[in-house]
Amino acid sequence: MLKIFETILLLGLISCAIAVSFSKKLLNSILIFMSYSLMMSIIWILLESPDLAITEAAVGAGITSLLFFVTLKKIHAMEEDIREDE
Amino acid sequence: MSKQIPQDELNKKFSYRLKQWMKGNVDQYVGLLEMQRQEEVGVTKREANRHKKEQDKLFAEIYDTENNKVYKNFLRFYKVAAVICCVALIVMLLVTVSYLPPIGDPTNPAHNEVVEKYIEDGMQDTGAVNIVTGMILDYRAFDTFGESNVLFIATCVVMLMMRDDTRKKGVDSEDMKYEPRFDTILQQVTYILFPLIMIFGIYVVLNGHLSPGGGFSGGAIMGAGLILYLNAYGIEKMRRFFTENTHRYICVAALSFYCLAKSYSFFTGANHLHSIISAGVPGRIISAGLILPLNICVGLVVACTMYSFYTLFRKGGY
Repeated sequence: MLKIFETILLLGLISCAIAVSFSKKLLNSILIFMSYSLMMSIIWILLESPDLAITEAAVGAGITSLLFFVTLKKIHAMEEDIREDE
Repeated sequence: MSKQIPQDELNKKFSYRLKQWMKGNVDQYVGLLEMQRQEEVGVTKREANRHKKEQDKLFAEIYDTENNKVYKNFLRFYKVAAVICCVALIVMLLVTVSYLPPIGDPTNPAHNEVVEKYIEDGMQDTGAVNIVTGMILDYRAFDTFGESNVLFIATCVVMLMMRDDTRKKGVDSEDMKYEPRFDTILQQVTYILFPLIMIFGIYVVLNGHLSPGGGFSGGAIMGAGLILYLNAYGIEKMRRFFTENTHRYICVAALSFYCLAKSYSFFTGANHLHSIISAGVPGRIISAGLILPLNICVGLVVACTMYSFYTLFRKGGY
């Protein structure tokens, strides 16, 4: 059962890594990158290194993506996305 | 009573000038290093017109992408080169991976006496139940000190680049007007979550030598909590307990304490002297010698760094 779970996570990791580079909108790339970090942190727990898992969840999924968001807002890349959606 | 030195002689003294410069009173290099303002070259209207025409012609030639042969060739070359580079990189990486030793092989270079030493004697030497923290903050504390300094320097560089000096004190910049202030949902969620996040962060820092975690992870969690608080309640409430000076004092104090404490332990360790800091009973909160205070130092530095990254990226100031 755990083996299947691990395989699903690894497959998700690969698909996320490919999707980040192929998505056209920067905002979507960041969201996918966030989910990549979350999956990675679960994999760290499965690999029995909880120290890394905590750090990965806090830094990778939390703060790095936040900084990306802020930068996108600064260079006005997010507003264009929203306007296109409307 | 000491003799009053006349101002002219004082000005010549190096120590006096250094003191004044440290205080920020007088910049000694004003008028020496700056670039002089260049005088405008007298241009007649006709010359300017001719110049503009030439420029327009040049630009039209450059930006004529449909007929520009060099540009088209470059595009073709670019595509081919990109594919070649990618394939070369992939082949290189795959070849490297094929040379890696198999996973779990006991003869791997990773399984040498260093690992055995860390695992077997780690608890006895450092007093930390969590071997990882014992390694990071005891055997390899010098590396961690460098990492903390890297974080501090990174903040300084970001401050140099992103700080908005034109902003007046006490006046909100344009950016601050549009932030969602008094967002009820966010405020209520933060009201419940913020203490929990902070307590969890502090727990991770303080229990770094007993359970998974440590200074860096706990500091990152606390930094994330501070960012959440800033988003919910705005910069005004944040300024009540966290300003630029707070960040500076905390970082400098933590780094200097780290440096002094580790210097002491290296000094005693290298000279085989008896250290007054005992390892204590493994498993207790106050044990493992210097690891607990060092964890707190690293945690404080990381939390401050994360928060100030966010504020500097966002508004260019605290």
